[in-house]
Amino acid sequence: MDKGARRSFWEVMDDMDRRIIFLILLVVVTLPLIISVGGEIPPTAPVISAHESVEALEAGDYLMVSIDFDATSAPELMPMLRSVLRQAFAKDVKVIMLGHIAIGLPLGHTALEQVAAEYDAEYGVDYVNLGYRPGYIAVMIAMGREIEDIFGTDYQGTPIRDMEVTRDIHSYADIDLLFGFEHGAVIDYWVRYAQARFNQKMTFGTTAVMAPDAYPYLQSGQIEGLIGGLKGAAEYETLIGQPGLGTRGMPAQQWGHLLVIGFIVLGNLGYYFTKGKRKRSGETA
Amino acid sequence: MKRTVPLVITFLTGTFLVISFFVPHAPFGELEQRLLVWYAIVAGFTMLLGVDSLIRAHARRVARTREGWAFSLALLAGLVATVVVGVIGRVQYGSPFHIQSPFMFIYTYAIVPLQATMFALLAFFIASASYRAFRARNWVATLLLVSAVIVMLGRIPIGAAISQFFPVAQEWIMDVPQLAAKRGIQIGAALGAVSMSLRIILGIERSYLS
Amino acid sequence: MGSLGMIIGTWLAGFLTLAILSFLYKDNPFYKLAEHLYVGVSAGYWLIYVAFFDVEPMLVTPFMEETGVEKWILIVPAALGVIMLSRWFPKTAWLSRWPIAFTVGVGAGLGITANLQGYVVPQVQATLLPMTGFNLVSLNNLILVVGVVTTILYFYFSKAHKGVLGVTAKIGIVFIMVSFGASFGYTLMARISLLIGRLYFLLSDLLRVID
Repeated sequence: MDKGARRSFWEVMDDMDRRIIFLILLVVVTLPLIISVGGEIPPTAPVISAHESVEALEAGDYLMVSIDFDATSAPELMPMLRSVLRQAFAKDVKVIMLGHIAIGLPLGHTALEQVAAEYDAEYGVDYVNLGYRPGYIAVMIAMGREIEDIFGTDYQGTPIRDMEVTRDIHSYADIDLLFGFEHGAVIDYWVRYAQARFNQKMTFGTTAVMAPDAYPYLQSGQIEGLIGGLKGAAEYETLIGQPGLGTRGMPAQQWGHLLVIGFIVLGNLGYYFTKGKRKRSGETA
Repeated sequence: MKRTVPLVITFLTGTFLVISFFVPHAPFGELEQRLLVWYAIVAGFTMLLGVDSLIRAHARRVARTREGWAFSLALLAGLVATVVVGVIGRVQYGSPFHIQSPFMFIYTYAIVPLQATMFALLAFFIASASYRAFRARNWVATLLLVSAVIVMLGRIPIGAAISQFFPVAQEWIMDVPQLAAKRGIQIGAALGAVSMSLRIILGIERSYLS
Repeated sequence: MGSLGMIIGTWLAGFLTLAILSFLYKDNPFYKLAEHLYVGVSAGYWLIYVAFFDVEPMLVTPFMEETGVEKWILIVPAALGVIMLSRWFPKTAWLSRWPIAFTVGVGAGLGITANLQGYVVPQVQATLLPMTGFNLVSLNNLILVVGVVTTILYFYFSKAHKGVLGVTAKIGIVFIMVSFGASFGYTLMARISLLIGRLYFLLSDLLRVID
């Protein structure tokens, strides 16, 4: 480009250092976190169905919770997990936790211990953490015949037959609902390998990235309900009446969306206004 | 020996698992269960394969004090420290994952922030890309952008405040056109997976042996 | 963990968070250190979980407790696992094909039935939707059916996209682009949520500006 030529507004914008964009994003997301605590988010149909699937459980029923995510998606999935656990413990539903993403399991365990303490639930009586075994699909199918074959012990090495909560638990036939928290393909394995073959009732909380892929399962009735992303987490918090980090994050989420939409619009305006110029310089180049 | 044995193993296990799906009674069901448990055991060992080459590469870099050796040393120190506190947690608390185990300290205060922040960087890059790269160059790209913007506005309270159109359109996009395309793509992929599985069992596809 | 441990831990986590974020300004030694630590502790984590969630509960404990055939048959998976590690040495690497063949065989055998029973059949069934007359539900059902069929046809490359197939492929691309747009929008949301998570940690746990 000719150095002496006066550059238009759009050309200057086009050359903007991307660190300025980074800084703007940082400020726009940080400020709402400090200023606003967020209000109730009205629930949508997939989240209401998810809530109802847990609400339908009765005291003494069994909820299997699968931790299929790690810290890379914790901000979205941890608020959902806490809400579902609160809902379950409040109803005296027994909770069996396990996980298919090894590096995320301690996150699930931490949430389980925290929420269990809130409701005075007792380990081994009201809830248990089976831990992790490698080989996703093999684990899922083997549990359809006998859970003890694959999880002979809990995460600490206590035999599952020695604990009241798992003494008579053998297969999916004893599990009233499976609630998976997903950030990847494990949701497909759950549905295709366990739901289809053993008719296990399932509900999922997923990251926003995974949510669109799960919609076909929802419409086909293969899954009971779906919580998608931070917004879904906030909706679920509305439903159980206990606002948490989902609701807390929504104002920042909102401004983040608006900023990115603004970037897209601005980028395209610049593209439109410099179109002619680019064409001319393209001809001379 | 080097190729035939693996091909036979694959053929036998694959065929057997298809049969036991349709005939889950004795002895097929029991044998299937045994194979599944074995699979879980063996699957864990595959995780060790990467760790070995990682240790070797970085140990070599430290030994030869090549550029960046100090970082490699930090990597190895982190690895050893994690293993040590893991073993301590197992011995002292019955599991490294016990809430009071020192392993959980490394997990909570090192693994979680490192992993989470690595991925949080993507927010910045995607914001920058949305300004620079997402251009409505033709009608197809325009359609993509319009759909993205509607979905993003429909998922925030201000979208509904501007117009009820956004949340309603968002739900419709998710429930109808996007669902249809996802389903179409996934049906194709699932059929592809079935045919690939058949090719593997029959020994036509052998790339996994290389 | 005592409260001192929590304070030290929070500062460590804060340092690592900022070290990674500093990459946004430019690549620097703090980022490199954090990046290498990440790889190191993650690898350590793999070793721990293979030991305590695989080898110990699935091989060692049952071997100690079982008797007879159930005890000795454990040698088979243990051997397959150990043979897998023959990949570490170039001379014996070919042996690792046996356990790999076993895992691939299991995956393929299970995949055939699962993909058909768990996806293709129920998803096709769910697409066979009724038309109950001139109403919104019927219209949406019709759009859904057209979308699924034209998307599948779009990926049919055995014939040139001309004539009827050309028209259906054009319709298919509309659905595909709307779907990609939705996925793109949702991905953006997820990335922003992750940033919120980290900022919340910095503002709340580390700096205590908010609760």
